[in-house]
Amino acid sequence: MSKHMVTDDDLHAYVDARLPPARRAEIEAHLAADSEAATRVRAYQAHRQGLHDLFDPVLDEPIPASLRELAAEIDTRLEARGTRFVARRLLRSRIAAGVLIASFGGALGWLAHGIHRPAETLAAGTSLHRQAAVAHAVFSPDVRRPVEIGADHEDQLVTWLSKRLGVPVRPPKLAALGYGLIGGRLLPGNSGPVAQFMYQDAAGRRLTLLVSTEVATGGDTAFRFAQEGPVNVFYWIDGKFGYALSAGIPRDELARVAADVYGHLENR
Amino acid sequence: MDSRAIIDQLPRLRRYARALVGDRAAADDLVQDTLERAWSRIGQWRPGGDLRAWLFGIMHNLHIDQVRRPSLDGPSSGAEEIEVPIRATQPERMELEDLAAALARLPQEQSAVLLLVALDEMRYEDIAQTLNIPIGTVMSRLARGRERLRRMLDEHPNPSNLRVVR
Repeated sequence: MSKHMVTDDDLHAYVDARLPPARRAEIEAHLAADSEAATRVRAYQAHRQGLHDLFDPVLDEPIPASLRELAAEIDTRLEARGTRFVARRLLRSRIAAGVLIASFGGALGWLAHGIHRPAETLAAGTSLHRQAAVAHAVFSPDVRRPVEIGADHEDQLVTWLSKRLGVPVRPPKLAALGYGLIGGRLLPGNSGPVAQFMYQDAAGRRLTLLVSTEVATGGDTAFRFAQEGPVNVFYWIDGKFGYALSAGIPRDELARVAADVYGHLENR
Repeated sequence: MDSRAIIDQLPRLRRYARALVGDRAAADDLVQDTLERAWSRIGQWRPGGDLRAWLFGIMHNLHIDQVRRPSLDGPSSGAEEIEVPIRATQPERMELEDLAAALARLPQEQSAVLLLVALDEMRYEDIAQTLNIPIGTVMSRLARGRERLRRMLDEHPNPSNLRVVR
């Protein structure tokens, strides 16, 4: 008799190759000493092999067209259901987080939009942070033309953007943080223009501040953070302005800049 | 989710059905019924769940219903005729015929577990989910089914209900 405690379940798990190697070795030692158990195990193994010999040929048979068509139809419905399910869950989690939702981007986002769209909680179009991140990703790497009007014509920039947005906008001064203004540009928002200011530090790292007047009414918000690929975004709503600060710098570093920007805008 | 998820399961569903029912046409009818029920109960499917367990579970329940349903033409076992593939050598074929006959005589609850374990190589916990029974029940049915099969094969089974496919 083996000194190992071997149960019936062990023998089956052994036959079905469900044991870790160490336990497997113990069972083998047990079987070497227990011919009755060894006989059973051999029989069970023979059943397994026999069942495969009997029925595996079915796997290679052509599948009747009626079954294939029905399966394809169910797959289509399951897929639609799966996509809706994921979209709904995403939507719920975003709403729970208290974020004004617009779009998640991509087909999934559009699907979520089209299917389940609680109108009250959604601002139309693309969300502020996503807008800001995309604009940052598009323009900040541009070496030759990152802005439409450079900081050397800051007065023109301010006048132009203020006129186009219909409210006075002015780039905060971030020199104390090591960021100098490069300039700014006008961008299409969801229903009209938004402004983007671009800054750069001594190392050439750029950050952009998106200023939008297309914010949902309903009051100020705290800082919120979003990550869109390599771009980190802090954004907030202050009065009738939405601000989004984007950069490819670490979150905590960006948070300090954002706090400063907020302070500048408050005290202006 | 994979848009071919169910199509990809068809060969295995057909194999399981064949092992449960024996006869090819009856087995494909069972697959058809399974797909139709999956279609009508698509609302129960939870994305991210185990699609295979869901489908096999549906098939299993349908088969139980069929087996329990009183039938005019013979015994209530679902597997009156097992087609044995011809490609095996003669002595092997004899053994396979014996095995198929013994399988057909197993109680349905035992053959279901045995087939999912040995043929579909499902994990015990997945079988528990598929058949909606505790894992301890899976193990006890497996043990009883295997022992019963072994004893039947040790004796001499009556192969009269077998038909060799040529």
